[in-house]
Amino acid sequence: MSETPEIKQQLPEREKKIADNIAIKLGKDVLGIEIKPKRIKVKIKYKCIKKAANYFKTELNLDHIVSVSGIDYPNDNEIEVVYHAGTYERKDLRDLLIALAYRIPRENPKTQTLIDIWPSIEYDERETHEMLGVFFEGHPKLEKLFLPEDWNDKPPLRKDFKNPGR
Amino acid sequence: MSELTISVGPQHPGSGHFRLIVKLDGDKIVEVIPDPGYVHRGEEKIAEYRNYIQNIPHFERPAIHDSSNILFAYVQAVEDLMNLKIPERGQYIRVIMAELNRIIAHLYYFAIYGIFVGHSTMFMWPMGDREHFIDLAQMISGQRVGFAFLIPGGVRNDIPEGMMTRVNDACNYFEKRLTEYERIFMNNPIFEKRAKGIGKLSKEDAIKLGVVGPTLRASGVKADIRKDEPYAVYDKLDFDIPVSKDCDSWARAWVHIEEMRQSMSIIKQALKDMPSGPVKLNLRGQIRAPPGEAFSRAEASRGAVSFYLVSNGGMNPYRIRLITPSFRNLIAIPHILKGLLLADIPPAFWSLDYWPVEADR
Amino acid sequence: MNAATSNVFVGKLNEILEYSVKDPLRYIVNWGRIYSLWPVHLETACCSVEWGAVSGPRFDVERWGMLGAFGAMRQCDVLIILGTVNRKMAPRVKTIYDQMPEPKYVIAFGACAISGGLYYDSYNVLPGVDTILPVDIYMSGCPPRPEEFIQGLIMLQNKIRASKIRSKKYVRDT
Repeated sequence: MSETPEIKQQLPEREKKIADNIAIKLGKDVLGIEIKPKRIKVKIKYKCIKKAANYFKTELNLDHIVSVSGIDYPNDNEIEVVYHAGTYERKDLRDLLIALAYRIPRENPKTQTLIDIWPSIEYDERETHEMLGVFFEGHPKLEKLFLPEDWNDKPPLRKDFKNPGR
Repeated sequence: MSELTISVGPQHPGSGHFRLIVKLDGDKIVEVIPDPGYVHRGEEKIAEYRNYIQNIPHFERPAIHDSSNILFAYVQAVEDLMNLKIPERGQYIRVIMAELNRIIAHLYYFAIYGIFVGHSTMFMWPMGDREHFIDLAQMISGQRVGFAFLIPGGVRNDIPEGMMTRVNDACNYFEKRLTEYERIFMNNPIFEKRAKGIGKLSKEDAIKLGVVGPTLRASGVKADIRKDEPYAVYDKLDFDIPVSKDCDSWARAWVHIEEMRQSMSIIKQALKDMPSGPVKLNLRGQIRAPPGEAFSRAEASRGAVSFYLVSNGGMNPYRIRLITPSFRNLIAIPHILKGLLLADIPPAFWSLDYWPVEADR
Repeated sequence: MNAATSNVFVGKLNEILEYSVKDPLRYIVNWGRIYSLWPVHLETACCSVEWGAVSGPRFDVERWGMLGAFGAMRQCDVLIILGTVNRKMAPRVKTIYDQMPEPKYVIAFGACAISGGLYYDSYNVLPGVDTILPVDIYMSGCPPRPEEFIQGLIMLQNKIRASKIRSKKYVRDT
């Protein structure tokens, strides 16, 4: 027997307060906020990525990045880049992860790096560059990390690259 | 000043394939550039061609002696999307398998540490004691390594009769062995000279670089996913997190020994408090997650492992992003090896517990 | 000594007498080669965990002479491929194979080394290591049990026992 999904009660208090603060501070740049218990996802316009990242680091004390992911959406002709940030300093927010997401066009995926704000994402951005073709401006060393040195095919994680035999 | 560039690797008699490009000035290290990618198998791309059940043996292969901990994060992400509630007995068995895997992985760490430092008894003793815990895992799941025991909805089967006496025997035997390890290895004057004060990572650097696991706890930050964001039944069990304030290689090895003690007490408590009942949900047909996203974390033996799962309602996941603890700790390698002598690379490098297969995926 | 053991004893005695009369040099040289096989550790991935268990105290492979010599590759005669070989590592594996002196043997351990295994359709994995090296013994499993390794080792020893003294000659490609 399958479990019926629980009826959504009102949204959790702490996450709602933080989401309201973000919406007030960043204003019109925010395209949407999704709230789940312990997870907040903030979708912003690509141009104000640095302002939002600075706000996260200084005001909310999110001092390290847990993951940088790129997702390919060929139907919308866009690539979405998602940064998940967490904190070690503030013990009451240790179980909260806030995600910063923006979309860039698929033909010309150029964006700015956030390495001067969070120095721990050097290898994550390099991996996103070689797997999806996203170009991070300002990164000190954007080379191949995992793929062989003589790889001359499309970036592997794009949806139009098929594994051999598939 | 004359500079010499040598390459350590990619074939090591110890850890997997990983290359360090080392720039030397005489005997002192000037700069270290890591070169991963020799075991990159394309896990994230293959995951889009397999369905949710076929992905289970795939995702335990990056760190096969730690399989239940990585699968913990994966099945929790799938259950989060599908809104399932696991029966209590299944949760307790998951915790028992996870802690058994933690002990097995830590003993492998000490065995390879023995090879790297040149202490051949420290290779033989942990490998022999590890067999007792592999026997326990084999009694429960039927396989020596790589059991694929955790599935979305519970675990595969129940534990056999008489498990309590067998676990108690193994734990009593191993407690005595831990004091022996401390005598021959941790308090050995040669190992103390090679590891104390070598490879320091201060607390501010550890937070800024975002490292995870025993590396973080040996630098003075008390952070563990089992206590910060409790999953399964960890909030009902009573255990402690070992933290050390000297941030060197000896402290990281010490944290591993204390964690093994805590794991044994968790296993005994879980076996005693386990209720009776079913161990898995009866999910009919294929598992198909509704459209949405989920991000779940668990504490593996090397640190925090995370899964970011994006689904569009199909049979296969749309995108899975897997962040393993060795990949998060890769940024600390050039940092701690700067300024050491060339002969200090083995004890300092292995104390970070970097497993190349896990980092390359 | 009862009937069963005396049968084995007489059989061994017969074998030694036959070889010492017919072909003593080949018997002695091969006997020396069999019981001192030194491996190169090419620990790639998951299968290296079972290699550690095989060298450990319970399954002790040193009884058959396979010493864990952590020295240079130029002293070893068996290359054990433990796990997946991918496109970045393949030229380095060929370099290691070329550095070993003759006579040398190759063991493919695990499903990934035989045919690509679980990753047969990946963009970065070789479909089996016998695309670049000549393999003598295949051991199947994912990962294989230590008992399987010991059985494969005894098969390799039987193969060496029946071979000529002079090392294999095969066509070298430029």
